[in-house]
Amino acid sequence: MKTFKTTWRNIRRSPYQAFAAVFVMTLTFLFISFFTFLLYGSSKAISYFESRPQVTAFFKNEVKQADIDSLKNDLNATNKVAGIKFVSKQDALEIYREQNKNDPLLLELVTADILPASLEISTIKIEDLAEINNKLKESPLVSEVVFQKDVVSVLTSWTNALRTIGLGLIVVLSLVSIFIMVIIIGVKISQKKQDIEIMRLIGAGGWYIRWPFIFEGIFYGSVGAILGWLVSAGALWYATPFLSSFLKGIPIFPLPLVFLFGLLSMEIIVAVILGTLSSFLAVLRYLK
Amino acid sequence: MIRLTKVSKQFRTGVFALSDISFEVEKGEFVFLVGPTGSGKTTIFRLLTRESLPTSGEVIVDNWDIVKLPGSKVSHLRKKIGVVFQDLKLLMDRTVFENIILPLEVSGINAQAGKKIAEEVMDKVGILSHKDKFPIQLSGGELQRTAIARALTLEPDILLADEPTGNLDQVTAMEIVKLLSEINKKGTTVIMATHNEDIIKTLSKRIIVLNEGQLAKDTAPSHSRPKSDNIEKKEKKSPSESRRYPEGHSGLKEEDEDF
Repeated sequence: MKTFKTTWRNIRRSPYQAFAAVFVMTLTFLFISFFTFLLYGSSKAISYFESRPQVTAFFKNEVKQADIDSLKNDLNATNKVAGIKFVSKQDALEIYREQNKNDPLLLELVTADILPASLEISTIKIEDLAEINNKLKESPLVSEVVFQKDVVSVLTSWTNALRTIGLGLIVVLSLVSIFIMVIIIGVKISQKKQDIEIMRLIGAGGWYIRWPFIFEGIFYGSVGAILGWLVSAGALWYATPFLSSFLKGIPIFPLPLVFLFGLLSMEIIVAVILGTLSSFLAVLRYLK
Repeated sequence: MIRLTKVSKQFRTGVFALSDISFEVEKGEFVFLVGPTGSGKTTIFRLLTRESLPTSGEVIVDNWDIVKLPGSKVSHLRKKIGVVFQDLKLLMDRTVFENIILPLEVSGINAQAGKKIAEEVMDKVGILSHKDKFPIQLSGGELQRTAIARALTLEPDILLADEPTGNLDQVTAMEIVKLLSEINKKGTTVIMATHNEDIIKTLSKRIIVLNEGQLAKDTAPSHSRPKSDNIEKKEKKSPSESRRYPEGHSGLKEEDEDF
């Protein structure tokens, strides 16, 4: 208890240094939070696109149901298809109506007759999409094929690049935070050199002197993590309506609370580790 | 209780702070350590608290061999010895009460018991009414009393007072000496370093005189006197004295220590 009191007094009596330490930690955790949101969102988007039909074949108007069933059987026989969904003209109209329910003028102009029936096909392996695509294009029943392979592969490569760059930046920011914290706590130790000497002379053990500095590091880290998380979560909450309409149809927002609080817990753990490590390094360096 | 045997202390500069010092102090004794500035009084205190190690010789405090004492035990030793430092070493950003309770906190005594002990000690030395003041708000005598109170909180077996009357007027100085004498009467061994002859004359206590790091005189009963005959030798001018200090060096810088 006394150690916590001493820690709090040390923080209170040098507020600018405390502010600098918390600010650096907040920046680090703000970046970690935004980066985590980005990774979460992109992985959700990839899952969304992967789960969507990756090839859609639109049929000509005169095609009969028996011909479509035959084509479905042919595709299933390849053993490369994960799922096939038939969308009839009527189903297509329902989808159209749902997508344009706020625009009555568009709804009045369209009937089931002018919308083509289609097959939505997903493959077990993404590399088999090209073969299925070719097969459908060769079919006399099909008027148009929409092939989404590029969307998924581009998104995957972007996500991988983001992950690498983000992790690199997190490592750099964490190292910078550690160095700055070592300097700040080191300065505090130097300022208290006389007090430390007096405490030693009246019988204080090494850890009695070290603990308040270590708790100080943990405090800066934890406060920085909480502030960083609060700012990022607040910004995300504020931007959610805009992002939801921008990413129309991709179910990312709102981010689940379990995910957000899981992130906060993880950040506090990382903060405690960073804070302890930096204050321990400072104590080793300046408190011999 | 305290035994120094053929103790010498040489600084890195080559200057000897102490040369071949031997004496014993029994439990419950009151001893004046007398000598001019730079004679080695503070160095002896530093050796006793293991703030510094002797270059040669043996220092025993309460059956602990200071030279062989492992680093982990130093804090235990220091809790047994109360020290009133020459420069007081009070924490200026803490109140009188916070300064006095510090040794109790360091020892892990719980807050309530610590508060009671600290208040008792403050009452004993007469500064209870100043408990919430900061050192900068106190007079010289009150500061000395605060330092003495802090040295007493752990009820040490030994109290080392390094020039506790240094900057005080005669009346206040006598009050401090009286206080130390009362502490001694309750069984605490007190060693007081001073160069104030009036104080020494007031109390008829044992006097150890140091001169330029050598034992010049010890008024101890024979059993406490060192076994070597170096006192007599030191009372005469030592032939080696002239080469103990570099030319132009009038005395020792006692803060030139290695701890």
